Amino acid sequence: MSDHSAAHDEFQEEGHFKLSGYLTGFVIAAIMTAIPFWIAMTHPIDNRVVAAVIIGVFAVAQILVHTVAFLHVNARAQGGWTLVAYVFTAVLLLITIGGSVWIMDHLNANMMPGAQPEEPGRGF
Amino acid sequence: METAVVRADPPVFYQTEDEGHAQSGGGTLLGFWIYLMSDALIFATLFATFGVLSSSFAGGPNPHEIFDLRVVAVNTAVLLVSALTCGLSMIAMQSNKLRATQIWLIVTALLGITFVSIELHEFRDLIVDGATPQRSAYLSAFFTLVSTHGLHVSFGVIWIGVMLFQLMQRGLHAENRRRLLCLSMFWHFLDVIWIGVFTFVYLLGVL
Repeated sequence: MSDHSAAHDEFQEEGHFKLSGYLTGFVIAAIMTAIPFWIAMTHPIDNRVVAAVIIGVFAVAQILVHTVAFLHVNARAQGGWTLVAYVFTAVLLLITIGGSVWIMDHLNANMMPGAQPEEPGRGF
Repeated sequence: METAVVRADPPVFYQTEDEGHAQSGGGTLLGFWIYLMSDALIFATLFATFGVLSSSFAGGPNPHEIFDLRVVAVNTAVLLVSALTCGLSMIAMQSNKLRATQIWLIVTALLGITFVSIELHEFRDLIVDGATPQRSAYLSAFFTLVSTHGLHVSFGVIWIGVMLFQLMQRGLHAENRRRLLCLSMFWHFLDVIWIGVFTFVYLLGVL
């Protein structure tokens, strides 16, 4: 009996898994996958930057859908620590990926031959 | 383990939440969650590397020439459906249906094997065409990122196999339920990583 109640508590924490929750998440995720593929494969949008931004937004939104519907992250699970760890990781992810690309792009641009303005007396 | 619930625990004034959860295996789930988050950081560094090298073709092939989005779309669909079947397995476990849990796990594993097979086939085609990891920094980053994900899926399939054996031997006892919860978190986590892969590697590469 104690065994059962222990296991039961676990599910309480995770929030009872519901079939409707999974199916809803699946349908939304499928749509959010199909649209970016459609954009990339048939090129309905001429402006590449706009198309890239739309695809990126769909990716972020789909990650959030998966997080809520499949990974069951919410403010209550594990007294909120799941959510805290998740947000912390998201921040590190943004800093790592965004920071690396940003810095290395500038570095690349500055290393291009001819991109460096001739500055006399710069001390090289 | 199962007798832990009867610990003499008088109402303490400063009892923290952590203590409350230590009983239920919640500690394991939270710990596994922390592992997944640290795994996400591994992928973050691989994504960052890929992002930095995403146009370092060294005169080699670029994404337009080597990727077939139809194959990626099929693979994405396979992984997405496997997320659903994994969830169905968890729902079956929740209502104590051992056979249904096992069947959905088997379906999930088969979909996982399909995913890895298609990916390996894609790699083979790339390598035959000369798009090897040695060809350019871009391809090195591509193979590192995508195959790290594929390796995770492969280990997920092995894990499912182990759990099927456990279920066959022991049934749905508390420990196996906890393990299955961890397994499902792992599997859904891989699906989330794949969203990043197909978006940033394939879709934005070919765009």
